[in-house]
Amino acid sequence: MVDIGMGNYGIYVWVCFGLTLIIVVLSDWRARVRHKRVYRDIEVRIKALEERE
Amino acid sequence: MGADIPAQPGILAGLVAITRRDLLLAWKRPGDVLNPLFFFAMVCTLFPLAIGPSPAELMFSGPGVLWVAALLASLLSLNSLFLSDHEDGSLDQWLTSPQPLPVLAIGKTLAHWLISGLPLVLISPLLAMTYRMPAGVILVLIFTLFLGTICLSLLGSIGAALTVGLHRGTALLSLLILPLAMPVLLLGANTVSLAAGNEAYATGIWALAAYAIAALSLAPYATAAALRISNE
Amino acid sequence: MWKFFHRLASPPHFYRLAATLIPWLMFPGLLLLAWGSYNGLFVAPPDYQQGDAYRIIYVHVPAAYLSMMAYMFMAIGGGIGLIWRMKLAHAVAAAAAPIGAAFTFLALATGSIWGRPMWGTWWEWGDPRLTSELILLFLYFGYMALRSSIDDIAKADKASAVLALVGVVNVVIVHYSVEWWSSLHQGQTILKKGGPAMDPEMLQPLLAMILGFTLIFGALLARRVRTEVLYRERRTRWVRKMVLAPEGGR
Repeated sequence: MVDIGMGNYGIYVWVCFGLTLIIVVLSDWRARVRHKRVYRDIEVRIKALEERE
Repeated sequence: MGADIPAQPGILAGLVAITRRDLLLAWKRPGDVLNPLFFFAMVCTLFPLAIGPSPAELMFSGPGVLWVAALLASLLSLNSLFLSDHEDGSLDQWLTSPQPLPVLAIGKTLAHWLISGLPLVLISPLLAMTYRMPAGVILVLIFTLFLGTICLSLLGSIGAALTVGLHRGTALLSLLILPLAMPVLLLGANTVSLAAGNEAYATGIWALAAYAIAALSLAPYATAAALRISNE
Repeated sequence: MWKFFHRLASPPHFYRLAATLIPWLMFPGLLLLAWGSYNGLFVAPPDYQQGDAYRIIYVHVPAAYLSMMAYMFMAIGGGIGLIWRMKLAHAVAAAAAPIGAAFTFLALATGSIWGRPMWGTWWEWGDPRLTSELILLFLYFGYMALRSSIDDIAKADKASAVLALVGVVNVVIVHYSVEWWSSLHQGQTILKKGGPAMDPEMLQPLLAMILGFTLIFGALLARRVRTEVLYRERRTRWVRKMVLAPEGGR
């Protein structure tokens, strides 16, 4: 069976992979949130303009 | 008709005129020249107070301290490089003038260097002596600072042109310029350290000279482009 | 061919194309990362010098490489935008900056964590790559600060493009000067990250990780460029039509 502890180095390796996962997920999540927010702002503005006419 | 149009002044005449104008302006407001110098001297005083007066330590940290202080002092006067020209409309005049803008950028930068860079180079031996630097090393220090302040003025003019007219100008300018200036600091300070350690330091001088020549030929174009963009 | 580029540069077309492109980049990228991580962590043999700590390179090297590539996207995008006045190129440059900064941070963090067992310290100034990477992070900060402090988008695009182009020259100078500097001060011997000849069992996962990260970068970039395009085009007819369409856009 594989050695999860990797001698004494396991903690360093796992922290690095974990950090990578966090940064990739966070980047994607932030991009999604930003897109939704920009889209909603534009939607609200355009619909408000539409109703005024 | 044609006779009414005055003859165009040459490129060199334009360069000289703009440099002379800035020097005259500085002469009228000597604070602009003196403040960075005082700042330079004071930062150089801070370090012995902080790390103690031991000659060995001062000798060891001297090149680095003097170079960092010079870098910070040269940042100090950058913010105002194009500011008054932007506010009083001179900048608009230059943008529409038939003179090539990069040449005007060189003129402004040259004046800036003569006002803030050169005095700094000239008083650096005085401060270096308080750090117990031997005469030979002081000579290297003067030479690297001479080349280095030229590089810093040229880099700074790009940053000043990019941030002219922005609200948060000063802090932003430092944020833009410091990463660009890091190689200059690294080359300059380490060259002096090498000289202080009696090691071969010629590589650093050559690299600084190459940097200065490259900056002199490229930076004015970047400054001119940035001025056009900021003044749209 | 020319027509294809012309259509690609048209904002509504790009907006739709990017939406279909994202999953095609994302899922193969994630698969490659999963395969690469599994093989890198469990299958590849330990390094004879560094033991298992070398496995950090499977995330460190791709992050460092992407930190450079994102900067290239920023500078080339800015350059194309300045020369050919192509708005989409500026949008790409604007979108690449935060992603590049994130990967630069990741490269620094993993490099520093790798340094702890290898050098016995979290930060080693003597390592030229770490120092260069730190300066690169500062360049990203400067770029983003300049962009966010100019309200007019067209002006922010052009000013930051000039900064990015000046920065490219700087990155090269930083690389060589830092190398020179660290060669002066090298007190301890610094181990090379990965030897010149790598075991194929070690190399294959690394290549998979690099490719996987590149695809993920593409997906992240496409997502951010879409947002940029949408915001910049918010007053145009196609955006209005899309928002008011009964099925709704995204």
